[in-house]
Amino acid sequence: MCLAIPALIKSIDGKEADAEIGGVTRRISLWLTPEAKVGDYVLIHTGYAINVLDKEEAEETLKLFEEIAAFDEVEG
Amino acid sequence: MKYISEFRCSELAEGLIHQIHRKSKTPVRFMEFCGGHTVTIFKYGIRQVLPKAIEMVSGPGCPVCVTANADLDKAIALAQIPDVIITTFGDMLKVPGSRSSLQKAKADGADVRMVYSTMDALEIAEDNPTKSVVFLGIGFETTAPTIAVSVLQAEDKGIKNYYVLSMHKLCPPIIRAILDSGEVKLDGLICPGHVSAIIGSHPWEFISQDYNIPCVVSGFEPLDILQCVDMLVTQIENSESKVEIAYKRGVRPEGNQQALKLMDEVFELCPAQWRGIGEVAATGLKLRKQYQRFDAEVAFEIEPGPACEPKGCICGEVLRGVKTPLDCQLFRKVCTPQSPVGPCMVSSEGSCSAHYLYGGDFGGQNSARSRQRGKASPRAYKTKLC
Repeated sequence: MCLAIPALIKSIDGKEADAEIGGVTRRISLWLTPEAKVGDYVLIHTGYAINVLDKEEAEETLKLFEEIAAFDEVEG
Repeated sequence: MKYISEFRCSELAEGLIHQIHRKSKTPVRFMEFCGGHTVTIFKYGIRQVLPKAIEMVSGPGCPVCVTANADLDKAIALAQIPDVIITTFGDMLKVPGSRSSLQKAKADGADVRMVYSTMDALEIAEDNPTKSVVFLGIGFETTAPTIAVSVLQAEDKGIKNYYVLSMHKLCPPIIRAILDSGEVKLDGLICPGHVSAIIGSHPWEFISQDYNIPCVVSGFEPLDILQCVDMLVTQIENSESKVEIAYKRGVRPEGNQQALKLMDEVFELCPAQWRGIGEVAATGLKLRKQYQRFDAEVAFEIEPGPACEPKGCICGEVLRGVKTPLDCQLFRKVCTPQSPVGPCMVSSEGSCSAHYLYGGDFGGQNSARSRQRGKASPRAYKTKLC
């Protein structure tokens, strides 16, 4: 029910945008994320962008996971 | 898909699993509040790769499941009023109320339409000016702002035949009610990621401060859950109790201020009926007085009759984390996804549905396989994840 998935904003028209989700483009609402820009990834919930995804934080988290995995390899 | 597949990587999962095993020493019980987390945990067999010392229980975080029969009955009664079109998210259709369901009402001739978004419901209202279009407003803080926007849009566009039956519920205060009941002892809480995308992480602080329970906000991919468990274990072993975010790409401590502003503009607090818990003060949302003309309960006279629960169904106890679906006599025998008795089997995020679909050999925590989970090699995880 609280499902939200990342979508890439392709174009913006007022409070609406076209966003690509897994190769499919659909109209979404930007009422809740007026700061969203073309090229941003947003979390889509029932047709509404509920947050702009923080790309840097995503990369940081993945980097941390890679470090943990590398340490694990060393530890065996 | 970007920002999804990376967080399902099996090699990275192994590193996290081993780290959790190295750190975990104290026996603990963690609750995942959100039904979305329950699905990820079952689907990816996460319970089975965690150390024996970590017990996981599911919480009440499935909006469809916690909707009380009294509210469902109101929705079904509304559907039977002539010239009313009910618009709803799909999960609500099959949930049995006291005497019927929306699906049965539809089969009997009621105009009930499944929509993906409130935007679709507004379109239906514009296309059917002689009918009254009621949207069934269920959901937590994630969904409530989208319903608020639909009310504001209806006002902007002068749409006079759009109504909302508000059955929204709030997450942090119901956790307080569950903890105060003393029925379930928790050592850590996996906080809902998309509720927190709206409200931020601050509203969970009372749990770590007043109840000394570590809280970590999690995303919905398997690596998110593993990171969250790792952070909870770290807090436990360091004797800490604080609120942290394991889903920093989607959640900021302050939440989404625009969404909170719009939600507050349209809604105010009210008591809410929770299945299995009863009425809890200030855990629901109703339309503010200036938006009352959109309130279905004000616009229509609804007399659904007394609510009653299905005999033998223990969804209420499952939602409170007191029992598991495996404790229910109806589970798998009478109650199945094809013929659900209780809402936890209907909703795809319901605990019973997750046990039914993904239980199998990997089982719930009471299954034979699960009892041996501490002995299972985390290396086996790779084959299950991909």
